[in-house]
Amino acid sequence: MKELGVYIHIPFCLKKCNYCDFVSFSSNDKKISEYINYITKEIQIYRNTLNEDYIVNSIFIGGGTPSLIDSKHLKTIIDEINQSFKVDSEAEITIEANPGTLDNTKLAIYHEIGINRISIGAQSLNDDILKKLGRIHNSYDVLDAVELIRTNQFKNYNIDMMIGLPDQTIYNVLTDLENVIKLKPTHISLYSLIIEEGTLFFELEKHGQLNLPNEDEERIMYHKAIELLEKNGYKQYEISNFAKEGFECRHNLKYWTLMPYIGLGLNSHSYIENTRYSNYSNFDEYYKKIKENKLPVSSEEYIDDISRMTEYIILGIRLNKGINKKHFKENFGIDIEDYYKDAIIKNKQNGNIYEDEETIKLTKKGLDFSNIVELDFYI
Amino acid sequence: MHVSKKNIRNFSIIAHIDHGKSTLADRLIEKTGMMTQREMQEQVLDKMDLERERGITIKLKAVRLNYKSKNGEEYIFNLIDTPGHVDFNYEVSRSLAACEGAILVVDATQGVEAQTLANVYLAIEQDLEIFPVINKVDLPSARPEEVVQEIEDIIGIDASFAPFISAKEGLNIDKVLEGIVENIPAPKGDEEKPLKALIFDSYYDPYKGVTCYIRVFDGKIFPGMKIKMMSTGKEFEVIEVGINTSKQIPIDFLSAGEVGYVAASIKNVKEARVGDTITDAFNPTDKPLPGYKKVTPMVYCGIYPAEGEDFNSVRDALEKLQVNDASLVFEPETSQALGFGFRCGFLGLLHMEIIQERLEREFDLNIITTSPSVIYRVHKTDGEVIEIQNPSNLPKPSEIDYIEEPVVSASIMSPSEYVGAIMELCQNKRGIFINMEYLDAKRVNLKYELPLNEVIYDFFDALKSKTRGYASFDYELKGYNRSELVKLDILINGELVDAFSMIVHVDKAYERGRAIAEKLVDIIPRHQFAIPIQAAIGSKVIARETIRALRKDVLAKCYGGDITRKKKLLEKQKEGKKRMRQIGSVEVPQEAFLSVLKYDEKK
Repeated sequence: MKELGVYIHIPFCLKKCNYCDFVSFSSNDKKISEYINYITKEIQIYRNTLNEDYIVNSIFIGGGTPSLIDSKHLKTIIDEINQSFKVDSEAEITIEANPGTLDNTKLAIYHEIGINRISIGAQSLNDDILKKLGRIHNSYDVLDAVELIRTNQFKNYNIDMMIGLPDQTIYNVLTDLENVIKLKPTHISLYSLIIEEGTLFFELEKHGQLNLPNEDEERIMYHKAIELLEKNGYKQYEISNFAKEGFECRHNLKYWTLMPYIGLGLNSHSYIENTRYSNYSNFDEYYKKIKENKLPVSSEEYIDDISRMTEYIILGIRLNKGINKKHFKENFGIDIEDYYKDAIIKNKQNGNIYEDEETIKLTKKGLDFSNIVELDFYI
Repeated sequence: MHVSKKNIRNFSIIAHIDHGKSTLADRLIEKTGMMTQREMQEQVLDKMDLERERGITIKLKAVRLNYKSKNGEEYIFNLIDTPGHVDFNYEVSRSLAACEGAILVVDATQGVEAQTLANVYLAIEQDLEIFPVINKVDLPSARPEEVVQEIEDIIGIDASFAPFISAKEGLNIDKVLEGIVENIPAPKGDEEKPLKALIFDSYYDPYKGVTCYIRVFDGKIFPGMKIKMMSTGKEFEVIEVGINTSKQIPIDFLSAGEVGYVAASIKNVKEARVGDTITDAFNPTDKPLPGYKKVTPMVYCGIYPAEGEDFNSVRDALEKLQVNDASLVFEPETSQALGFGFRCGFLGLLHMEIIQERLEREFDLNIITTSPSVIYRVHKTDGEVIEIQNPSNLPKPSEIDYIEEPVVSASIMSPSEYVGAIMELCQNKRGIFINMEYLDAKRVNLKYELPLNEVIYDFFDALKSKTRGYASFDYELKGYNRSELVKLDILINGELVDAFSMIVHVDKAYERGRAIAEKLVDIIPRHQFAIPIQAAIGSKVIARETIRALRKDVLAKCYGGDITRKKKLLEKQKEGKKRMRQIGSVEVPQEAFLSVLKYDEKK
């Protein structure tokens, strides 16, 4: 039986953040119930379409703000997954939660339905910056959320943080992280702000009204943060992810290691049985397809051996353990040194990658230029 | 098919850009019923996409219209379209020479503008009768009476009879048609005399060979006749003559006063050059029509296949274009930076840009062009004189006695308020003032001698910008002058990039070098390492800029396993990379090669 990951997208938020370009909407309970109903149907369609037998060993409920909606909806979804698939008793089941949206009742139900990992979207502990980001919470809400989670016996929780934020200083980043470490999460994600088109930040930046740290400062934030986190036992295992030993996010690792997963809901993505699917990102089309008993996918791509090999590298190189040459050869039947000779030589010269007998991985410098490396390996 | 000479009218339409020349042509064609509304495409005379986009006519054409006048008589109108740019001035003058009159279109809201004047003077030079019409009278800001006054005051012709029209709305087009009958003289000429016909355009047709558009001045031309091109002495047998309506219609002959086409198994447009006179091989006319000159390229540049493009497809495309364009010349050359390519000669900068765009659009080619150059005469110390158009071929300084550069006589017509700005510009471009003439109280004609290499750099754009588009500019080659010229090289990351090398006046080298270096800093993307950009004369660096090293290049996370989005981004970046030239370890975007030539508004 193959291991399967399941992602569920809950595209509802109280308010969209100023930097966010994900699919999310504000909503009422009726609309949410309708959406959940379609997700359960989508699960059934997958059950009927998939050719092989799977055991679900990771579930990730992301958003939007999944912690916003009534927990009964989450129960409906998890129940349906349990009905349609075999679920490993040890499965990692994560929910994203925003500070200020949790309470004891919700957390009790999370326990009940098997959720065992909570990812808290803190982003910063600086109230001025949080305001600028358009977050609905302040730093105290983060502390409250962690307190609440801990009193409800959740031991495995992640805190999402960001760097390169408007008005943020290197000092801000380091004090924030020191405080986050005190909250004893098992996992910390640290993302660089990327200004995406179609967001308020994009417009502000265009008109020079966003006081962003310069590239040099941003990179210092990043590398100092890595240092601090490593010193405190949070081992970097991917460009933006750090964890205590044994607490790497199993679900997210699947994305980088080409393991199968299905994505449910609006604008979700699946990679299963050699095909990548992208779901529709508007309700009408998404619902329409499901009503026709079809997968609600707007596009799909068959991943042949060459594409798979490319993906294997551009995703695998993001992991700190890098790419195992032997494993590569076992998978694709060719030597990585031969096939990517030019890309390897060039990036070694530039100091972006490190190569030894067993592996190829990003150097400290390469962490700053992963896009260049990926582009050189992209066929 | 044939009517008496007194019922033929041969004319062009002249106008400032956007005053409605093409729209009026469309209406005339439509109203004379040559095409039904449905057949009628907008602006039928401008056939190439490029022409329509730029609002200019590159190749001229002629069309024949039948018109029944209110006086009950049948008339034949030959409408001869003209190109609208100084690069093609010679063609304009030849097509005007084929006419007896010209309709002058003036925009009722804008009045007389620079090109209006320049075109009127060209027409008057050819002794044409001018028939003014005031267009766009339907616009709320139209002031037709004032514009009539302007025409009389500024140009000095009677415009009291000018019809007020709206070509767009089809208003008063009948008055224009009647006006053509009344105001444009019928052609003269003698059918009995030996053949004398002017080629005012020629193009290559894959079935018929070269087709010439001609105006017959004397005699007749008919299939089976043996004809002679008077400039080359080459003889051909006429296969077909005909007229151009919505399509080509063969007829039995064309006689004095008529306009039509001739096909005579001519293989190459070079053998049927615009401006040449066709005559009867057995009974030639004693004197050709005046004004023929062989147009020679004034501007040269290298055209190279871009990364991944095939050398042979570029050659094939150039050959195909040349068949239709006698003024385009090319020969193979090689560049260290760009590999195998061609050195091409053009009439001027616009001609160069048009050829580049046609290569890219019509032939779907990816090309790179190098800095344009002119032909320099290098007098070597050993007494030898060589002509070079590629800066890379300049001999070592020790072998050069002196260099001569081509100089043009330029004439700039402009409203008088811009005289100061124009003089400053010409001064800056090493111009020598010849004289200044007041055409009237408000308009002047400035004459300068200018080095051609300054003209091709950015003179045109600078002039436009400094005179808000009001000045018109015309030039012709005057000769060669001795000059202090040096080869300016550009080094990227320490490597000399021959495609950027140019020959400049020693006093200009620093300014030019710095400007190019600054532009390259903007255009070349940042790399992981700092890239010095240097401008040098020989081994002496005269300007230096640095492209800062990139600090980070990291893509967004793959949220929710959206690998497709990441791949799309990489795909796009990879496409961008394809349009780059690898020079040493530096990737240079192709735009860099052209953009260094563009006028910079900031200066």
